[in-house]
Amino acid sequence: MNSLQNYLLLSSLLFAIGLAGALTRRNAILVLIGIELMLNAANLNFIAFWRFGLNPSALTGVMFAIFSISVAAAEAAVGLAIILAAYRHSKTTDLDQMNSLKG
Amino acid sequence: MTWIVQNLWLIPALPIFAAGITALLKQRSRVPAASLAIGSMALSFLLALCAFAHTLAQPKGAAPLTFNFNWFQFGDQWLQLSWMLDPLTAVMLVMVTFVGLLIFIYSAGYMEHDENFTRFFCFLALFAGAMLGVVIANSLLLLFMCWEIVGLTSYLLIGFWYAKPEAAAAAKKAFITTRIGDLGFLIGMVWLYSQTGTLLLYNSGAGALETSALAPLVAHTTILGLTVSSAIGILIFCGAAGKSGQVPLHVWLPDAMEGPTPVSALIHAATMVAAGVFLIARIYPLMAAHAATILTPTVALQVVTWVGAITAIFGATVAVAQYDIKRILAYSTVSQLGYMMMGLGVGGVAVGMFHLITHAFFKALLFLGAGSVIHGCSGEQDIRRMGGLRRFMPVTFLTYAAGMLALCGFPFFFSGFWSKDAILHAAHNWSISQVPFYLGALGALLTAFYMTRQIYYVFAGSNRLAAASHDDPQLAAHFEDPAHPVAHHPHESPAVMTIPLVILAPFAVLLGFAGTPAWPWFQSFLDDTSAPFSSPAFFEPGIIPVMISSSMLVFLGLALGWYFYGRKPIASAESPDALGKLQPGVFTVLGNAYYIDALYGATLIRLNTFWSRLCDWFDQFVWNGAVQIVSYLVIGFAWVDNFFDAGVINSGFDEGCEGVSRSGELLALLQAGHVQTYLRIIGCALVALVIFLLWGAKA
Repeated sequence: MNSLQNYLLLSSLLFAIGLAGALTRRNAILVLIGIELMLNAANLNFIAFWRFGLNPSALTGVMFAIFSISVAAAEAAVGLAIILAAYRHSKTTDLDQMNSLKG
Repeated sequence: MTWIVQNLWLIPALPIFAAGITALLKQRSRVPAASLAIGSMALSFLLALCAFAHTLAQPKGAAPLTFNFNWFQFGDQWLQLSWMLDPLTAVMLVMVTFVGLLIFIYSAGYMEHDENFTRFFCFLALFAGAMLGVVIANSLLLLFMCWEIVGLTSYLLIGFWYAKPEAAAAAKKAFITTRIGDLGFLIGMVWLYSQTGTLLLYNSGAGALETSALAPLVAHTTILGLTVSSAIGILIFCGAAGKSGQVPLHVWLPDAMEGPTPVSALIHAATMVAAGVFLIARIYPLMAAHAATILTPTVALQVVTWVGAITAIFGATVAVAQYDIKRILAYSTVSQLGYMMMGLGVGGVAVGMFHLITHAFFKALLFLGAGSVIHGCSGEQDIRRMGGLRRFMPVTFLTYAAGMLALCGFPFFFSGFWSKDAILHAAHNWSISQVPFYLGALGALLTAFYMTRQIYYVFAGSNRLAAASHDDPQLAAHFEDPAHPVAHHPHESPAVMTIPLVILAPFAVLLGFAGTPAWPWFQSFLDDTSAPFSSPAFFEPGIIPVMISSSMLVFLGLALGWYFYGRKPIASAESPDALGKLQPGVFTVLGNAYYIDALYGATLIRLNTFWSRLCDWFDQFVWNGAVQIVSYLVIGFAWVDNFFDAGVINSGFDEGCEGVSRSGELLALLQAGHVQTYLRIIGCALVALVIFLLWGAKA
């Protein structure tokens, strides 16, 4: 088992934990944290595939990771703002009770 | 065509315009409302004076000045409206605007405390405009339209205090009673149009009142041997009788006194009720048209004379036994209108119109004086509770006395003498019968008598108002009401009310000298002849005896009034009437106006009620039954149709629709709205995709 597979295992574990958190938690903030974990699993994959890839000297993987981290930061800010607005609107952060998307 | 004839429409248009603006004002804008109405009336008065001066300058015997215009087209004919200026119009214009102006000014004082002051002036100005429209109209149609607006404003103003049930009922009564007469007017007008093809009165030879149109009307006869012109005349007279309170249709006029007193003065004494007399004067050529071979007066004029004479004596007798100060004057108005009609019937336009003009001045004066008395006695209208007002209200007393003597026809110095004498003289010379003359003479005696009675009750003796108010708790409460800071003593009215009285009084006295037998200026002005001053005319046969006998009758009436009411002062408000003590039965019959209201109630109104009940029964059981059968039939059809629809056509559709909606419901389960559910599905899909890819790679 080479080291790439270890990284991939780690990242898929991280992704699975994030997915499980996003699916099971009731609180919208914890769901957001779960989504951040899944994003970081993807970042880990970028780094791993770049490090053990064909052309490690080009720094493309790092670029991607930095991009995706900054996008994730922006996304977290927007997500928190949405949650805050939704909380002010419905006085709850419980996702089971926020079901107004129902058709 | 001169400026004044072209712009004659301005005279009625100004008050109507003022009424229109006033209608838009706020309820509290009292000063603009009053000044608009009074200002427009003053302008109209000036224009009326211009018109009057213009007719004075016209050469004698000229055709009336008219101004025609097209209104609308029907078929290939244009309907024309028109106005005119002739001496009759000019005299009426000046009278209506002048009396109207004074009464407007007076109203500003009388209605000062009324919260609907603005509405009052709006109606008043509208009335004045419509009345002036009646006066200038040269088309029967235009006259009829203005006539109906006048009727409407009369209704509105009688019912001005509509919260009072009596006022509302009186307004309704006036409106309906005059409508009955107006139906005759309308039929007459339609008949005239069908015969002559025009409703213009004068149209340079082609009008309905000119010989080309009258000749065929005179030549044909209709039912009962009447000529067509007489029949139309009698129909139009129905309208005039309704408006002018002639006997069968007089019942509304006394009740109309429920309105504010300036209204009684302006509408129900001076101008509107005179409109009927004016109408007959206006269409006099039609009324008097006869074939050249017949020398007796036409049937239409005979009807006018008899109705007038009966009305004159009727009103005078009833006025003797009334206690309400305004009702006495109202019945007196009925009686005087009868005189005017009689004057038109026996003596022609000038005789009737002369009395109309003098009466307008002195009756307006009397009504305004009565209003001043009522105002001074804080709303009391019962003459038994007045008395002694001579000391409290000197100005009102003096002017009222001038009006009273003018109404009685006190010899030589008062206008009523000359105008009434002209009527009696003409009645004396009437070729058909002497009875109207005797009725008129008896009416003159009674007029002097009831006016003396009223003067003694109101102005002489001691004041009975305070004594009465002690006995009557309601009245006493009224006096102690702090909202009405009036003393127990009556008081003189403010200057805005007394000045119109003072202006009217000289007219009530002096106007008669415009139409004495020696110098019949007024008569010649209306008849378009020239009349120089000639004192020998006094001594023509028949004038002096009639004059002396009518003077004797007036003196007798005054003396009788003094004998019954002035000899001993009236002790208290409860003491019975002197005449009532002497003849209680007769007095009660007169007090109830011969029970004519009760008679109408028992006959016409009961008949009408019975007829309405019958119609109602017919509606409920016969027509309603038929309608019900039809409706049940339709319901039956609808039921069958419904069964077919529901059972056959609908069920197929229903099945289809239910299938669609059930599948929709199933799909809707996916859209639960839980974000995590969606996420879960995405996760499952991802796992499935990964497994598929891995297995696909191996295969």
